[in-house]
Parts: sequence; C-alpha cells; structure tokens
Amino acid sequence: MTAPAAAAATPGAPAADADRAAPAGRRVRAQARFETLAVLRNGEQLLVTLIIPVVALVALGRGSFLDIGVGDAERIDVVTPGVLGLAVMAGSLTSQAIATAFDRRNGVLRLLATTPLGRGGLLAGKALAVLAVAALQVVVVSVTGLALGWRPDPAGLPGALLALVLGVAAFTALALLLAGTLRAEAVLAVANLLLVVLAVVGGLVLPVSDLPGWWASVAEWLPPGALGEALRSSLVDGAFPAAHLAALAAWALVLAAAVRRWFRWSS
Amino acid sequence: MLGQSSSPPAVEVRGLVKRYDGRAVVDGLDLHASPGRVTAVLGPNGAGKTTTVECCEGLRAPDGGTVRVLGLDPLADAAALRPRVGVMLQDAGLPTGVPALGVLRHVAEMYARPRDVGELAERLGLTPFARTTVRRLSGGQRQRLALATAVVGRPDVVFLDEPSAGMDPQARRAVWSLVEELRADGVAVLLTTHLMDEAEALADEVAVVDHGRVIAHGSVPALLAGADSSTLTFRAEPGLDLAALGTALTPAGAPARAAVTETGPGAYAVDSPATPALVAALAAWCADHDVLLARVDVGRRTLEDVFLDLTGRNLR
Repeated sequence: MTAPAAAAATPGAPAADADRAAPAGRRVRAQARFETLAVLRNGEQLLVTLIIPVVALVALGRGSFLDIGVGDAERIDVVTPGVLGLAVMAGSLTSQAIATAFDRRNGVLRLLATTPLGRGGLLAGKALAVLAVAALQVVVVSVTGLALGWRPDPAGLPGALLALVLGVAAFTALALLLAGTLRAEAVLAVANLLLVVLAVVGGLVLPVSDLPGWWASVAEWLPPGALGEALRSSLVDGAFPAAHLAALAAWALVLAAAVRRWFRWSS
Repeated sequence: MLGQSSSPPAVEVRGLVKRYDGRAVVDGLDLHASPGRVTAVLGPNGAGKTTTVECCEGLRAPDGGTVRVLGLDPLADAAALRPRVGVMLQDAGLPTGVPALGVLRHVAEMYARPRDVGELAERLGLTPFARTTVRRLSGGQRQRLALATAVVGRPDVVFLDEPSAGMDPQARRAVWSLVEELRADGVAVLLTTHLMDEAEALADEVAVVDHGRVIAHGSVPALLAGADSSTLTFRAEPGLDLAALGTALTPAGAPARAAVTETGPGAYAVDSPATPALVAALAAWCADHDVLLARVDVGRRTLEDVFLDLTGRNLR
C-alpha cells in the first residue's frame, strides 16, 4: 500500500490490483489438480498409465512365455523394477505428450497463458500433475508387485526413487518436445509407438543384457535403458546406479534445453 | 461517467507491424480502445484482426510499433496485466475432456475475487449443458463458455475474437447483452468481427481493417454520415448500358452525371442521393428500354456499404 511506484504504473485502477489474481501457489495447485483429474477421467489415459502396466506386471511376473534373463534373482524381482519404469514412461511421455499436443492444437495452452496462471504456472502445474500421476503409478505397481511376491532390496530405495524422478523429468521433457513441435495426430502416433518399441527393445522392461550386443551398449544409455538399468541395479542388487542416474540427468537437461529452444505454444 | 473521453486509453496500438514468413499481415496499424466503450475491429477474414488482438494479449511479439494495454507492455508486463485482462480466443481454447462448468470453475480459481460462476453460467445460458464435456458442445455453446471464462475474473479490458461466430440468434443476444453490461461497468471491450450487424449493434467505435491497416475509424454514425447517406440499389437483367442510364438519372442542371455501377451480375448501385425523382427516373428509363426491375432498395448506408466503398469488396 505504501508503494507509490506500483500505484503509478496502473493509473485509474482500483487499489487492490495486486491481489486480483489468486496467490501463485493456489493457481499452480489448481492447475495440477485439473491436469491430474483430466488424466484419471480419460479412459484411454487411464489404460495407458495404470491398466497396461499392471497387466504387464502380472503377465510377465507370473507367466513364463517370455524368456527374461534374471540371473540368480527371482523373476518377479527383475520384472517389477522394469514395469515401474514402463509405468512412469507411459505417464510422463506417452500420456503427457498426447494431452499437451491436443491442448496446444485446441488453443488451451494459449488461453491459460492469458489467465493469471501464465506460461510458467502452466508448466509448474503440469510438472506437479505428472509427479502426482507417477506417484500413483508407483504405488499401484509396487502394491501389485508386492502381492505377487516382489521383495526389493531396501538399500536400493533411495537410488530407485532418484531414478524415477530423473526418468519422469527426462520423459516429460521429451513429451513436451514432441507436443510442442509436431502436429497432434503425429504426436498420437509417435508417442504410442515410442512406448511400445522402447518398452520392449529399449532396455526398459527387458534387461539390456537380453538385447543384441551392439544395440545393448547403445540402449543402456538412452533414457528408457538407463531408467530400467538404474531401477534394476538398485532394487535387485541394492546398488547406487551412479552412471545411469548421471545419464538420466544429462538427458533431462538436454531435452529441457531442446524444449526451451523449439517448443511452440500455438500450432 | 464524466470525462470518458479524457480517461487514458485502455488499449493503444501504434504502427503495429507483424510479419509471418516475411509477409506483413499487420502493416502499420493504429488502434485505441477506451474504458466503458466497445471498440469493434471490423474486416474480412485475413485482414489481420486476430494477429492484432494476439499482440495485445501478449500471445505474439510485434515486429514493429508499440502496443500498450492499461499503459503496460503486454509482453514485458505480462504478469501485471494477466489478472486485469480477459481473453476470448477465436478457437475458444477450451480443454475438451472436461465438463463445461468444470472449465469455468477452473479458470475462476486463478482469480482472488472471481464473478459468481453459477450466476454467470445462468446469465449466458450455460446451465443446461453444465455437466456436458466440452467435446460434445456445439460451436455456439463453446463460444458462450469461452466468453464466460474471459469475464469471470472481473477484467478491466476484454478482448473478444469473433465472439458470436457460430451462435444462434438467441445466444447472440445473450452475448450482446453481457457485452453491454461490461461497457456499463466501465470495462474496455475490444472485439473483432466480420459481421456488420454485430459492429453496428454493439460498437461505440469501429476500426475498419483491411490488409493489416485501419482504413477508416470512428463511431458508427460518423462512419455512416455524409451527404449520400441514403443509397439506391436495384436488381435487373445484367449488362445494362450504365452510361446511358447514368445520363437519364442525372437531374437537370446537376454538375456531374450520376454514376451507376454494376456491383455484381444484375445488381446495381446508383451513386446519387435517393430522391422520389430519382426512383421515378429509374423506372421510366427501364420502361423505355423494356427492362424489368426485379427489386429496388432505398436505404440508409450500412457499414457494409462503407466497407465496399473503401475496398471495392464485399465483407463476407
């Protein structure tokens, strides 16, 4: 109230201008809740983010139709970390890329950018929503895994958690890169294709050691492979997967820089 | 309200230039809008109307000129402006998988003291489809929902891009009455339209835009004013002898021959004050030449006539 500079900037305006917008925290929380509910309300999104991972966990964990190199570990102990990675990839890459691409095409990003939320608040809300969905996925997949006999190594939990957060960051950045540069229909195709292909041959669900030699050494350092290996080595062996975590962090930074450079708010 | 004309402009655009791929879509455009006034930007599709308002909304960066909204720069001062500016985009910009009223409630949450969502929904007739997802709404229903989201935060300035496109007459009236209420509350309303009747019914000021420039501006009466404010148009067979007809229609002692133009096949306009003598002379000439007059209209000029005069083209 004692800042004449602020008052002078808005001649003839009511005194309470500064607090016409809801507080920033409330705006971001509202956006996060809105986006989270949008995912949970949408049948296709729910299928991709929760149902497919749980089905994959049950099928791969119980069945033996797919030969998975587990070494001396229990099959479920190897499969569950990979499915955790699959779930967060589905949520933060596929689901987020498609949702953002259609929001962009429909002008939703532009409209929200003109409200007090702004572009920064929109991104913050989106990030919180992705994390909320990822947390829900991790809980659902973990509970299912535990029910199927999964026994993770407690020493690996911090490393696994870090891997999940970095994985979400890298995949969300890739999602925004796709959504902000390609047509919505193209994003729909590419995001689904990436999920299927990378889940199987990317070293995410199947360990990198099951992939052909030359490709294994590449896939291991791509985001899905790095996430899968980081989760397996922490949760199966209780190790701290420093190299794979560093790879994920590097991908997240590179992809975020690419988003900054190429993302377009309107189609 | 006293001193409306002396209050600072809510929107001031000077020499705005915006290029896409090197082509100037907006080319030296000047515009202003005042509090408590409705300003219409009228022009055909592709005239640069949407680009202009997007520069005012901070959604596009101008390539030249200055834009000030409430005295602030829409890009540099975006955070200060957003709570005070309401926007209705041409493509509505609504999330599709959410119930209609859910969208309005969500946008309302961005403001400290929003309008009452239920009351606003009632006002714009949104209540019957409150729980329908946006995807299933008709174009007109989406437009009304988008208008509600533009005004729910009690803005000082409202930008409406083609607000009544795709609406039935009843919905249009609801929109118009809300716009009139905003004006009465002192809000500056800047709307784009290619509908003459919308501009004539709503606007205090009209800026006629073509090829990225304002080619005429002023109040509707001022734009329509002039000695030749009533016009004579008629329809007959195409290809009449315009010179001969013009001579026949020129009153004795007039300084110049009346100009007759064929504005479309079989559609004619006489550039001369419409008087009883003129109508009689037209009918007599047609009888002499065995031409059947299919229709004769004597009317006040409309904004469409103004636009036609200025550009030689029809508005729609």
